[in-house]
Amino acid sequence: MKRYLYYPGCSAEATGKAYDISTRALMEKLGTALIELDDWNCCGATSYFSVRELDSFAIAARNLSIAQQMGDDELCVICNACYTTLAKANRYMAESPEVFDAVQGALGAVGRTYDGNVKVRHIMDILVNDIGLEEFGSRVERRLTGLRVAPYYGCQFSRPMGEFDDVQMPTTMDRLFQATGADVITDFDAKTDCCGGMMMLTRSDAALRLCHELLTCARQGGADVIVAACPLCEMNLEGYQPLVNKTFGTDFDIPVMYFTQLAGLALGVDPKKLAIDKQVVSCDRVVAAIPA
Amino acid sequence: MTELATTPQAKALHEQFCRDVMSMPGGEKIKICQQCGTCTGSCPTSYLMDFGPREIIAAFRAGMIDRVVKSNTIWLCTSCYYCTVRCPAGIKITDLMYELKRMAIKYDLVPKESKNPAMTKIFIDSVHKHGRNHEVELMARFMMTKDWGMPFRFVGTGLKLFTAGRLPMTPTNIRGRDELDKISAYLETLEEAKKQ
Repeated sequence: MKRYLYYPGCSAEATGKAYDISTRALMEKLGTALIELDDWNCCGATSYFSVRELDSFAIAARNLSIAQQMGDDELCVICNACYTTLAKANRYMAESPEVFDAVQGALGAVGRTYDGNVKVRHIMDILVNDIGLEEFGSRVERRLTGLRVAPYYGCQFSRPMGEFDDVQMPTTMDRLFQATGADVITDFDAKTDCCGGMMMLTRSDAALRLCHELLTCARQGGADVIVAACPLCEMNLEGYQPLVNKTFGTDFDIPVMYFTQLAGLALGVDPKKLAIDKQVVSCDRVVAAIPA
Repeated sequence: MTELATTPQAKALHEQFCRDVMSMPGGEKIKICQQCGTCTGSCPTSYLMDFGPREIIAAFRAGMIDRVVKSNTIWLCTSCYYCTVRCPAGIKITDLMYELKRMAIKYDLVPKESKNPAMTKIFIDSVHKHGRNHEVELMARFMMTKDWGMPFRFVGTGLKLFTAGRLPMTPTNIRGRDELDKISAYLETLEEAKKQ
């Protein structure tokens, strides 16, 4: 059985719980084991860049050093922000000897070491490139025929790393859902637009406007459901959808799911195991629309 | 010309920006900016900014980086990296924004209305205390320090999230949480040593 070391990220313990639960259920169904990284810490997110650039790389690298200690050369990540932060630490360590040495020194101060060779992998990368679309498609038990899916990648899915998908026009999520028979909105214009991220708390006016534009675009495309690959994207588009309506006088009622939830449904995983009841905007109609 | 880097603070900011940007991998590319404006055109929040990303580089060249550091611009960057991946000159504009954030905090030049640095501080405190970010604590502390109105605006969402079990009250404390303080302390010492 193929196994991956797995880094859930902080949101997976709270607002993004359903992403973690559905990822584990989906991978179990695919016969792939996820072993949680021991004693992982926050990736540092974008906040650490405000203190010291090197702090953000070193804090991220502590996780990668634990992965190396556990004997792995890959780490599976589900959150776009964690993915970018961890992968960026690797890239800057490779590009700059000064960064490499500073991170080594900092890790040495806590009795750790890291050589820069643990590859950070987004769960989408693993699904599309390791498991493969052919294998994935062959395991679909409930085809999503007729379901209009808006694939929402968000910012840090492939920007700036671009390691497994195009930086400006990613297509992996489109192709994954095409393999389920879904009617994917391939020209979903807002698919890589920003949801506002943490700005929902610090400048909610700006973030709500971004979400409003995204939801408008999804509605124009006739979306039955938006699928997201990041806890911040999901939270902003779904959790704050009622507030978008209140602010802009709109009546959006668009289900938003983690892509792992919808992919799990297609593979015949029990909706209860995919934490679909944790969504703020009910997804019952999405579940009901899928032919048994 | 009175707005050139003539005051001691403006000079200090200009020098630090030069030094720090040039020490970033690829930082020297800032010199080949052709002012095309692709960055500003790609930015989802530039319409709210005092200076767009293109103007930041123009201001730097004109010796007016101090005006940018004090502006609302840097606190409106969402880290979406559109500017960075689209820049034909390969300038890492998002990284420039982070550098400006650090300078604004260091020199205490954050605009009064910006809640972003307070959020950052609470976030980092929480991570150093537990090893992970506890979202409920983050939101609660942020509300208490910066935004009393938040619970009223977000009450509907908050209740739904709570009912769905998406707002756990207890944080996870990792075993190695003291390591984060030690990592930061080491890097601070390293930075100090470099200055001397």
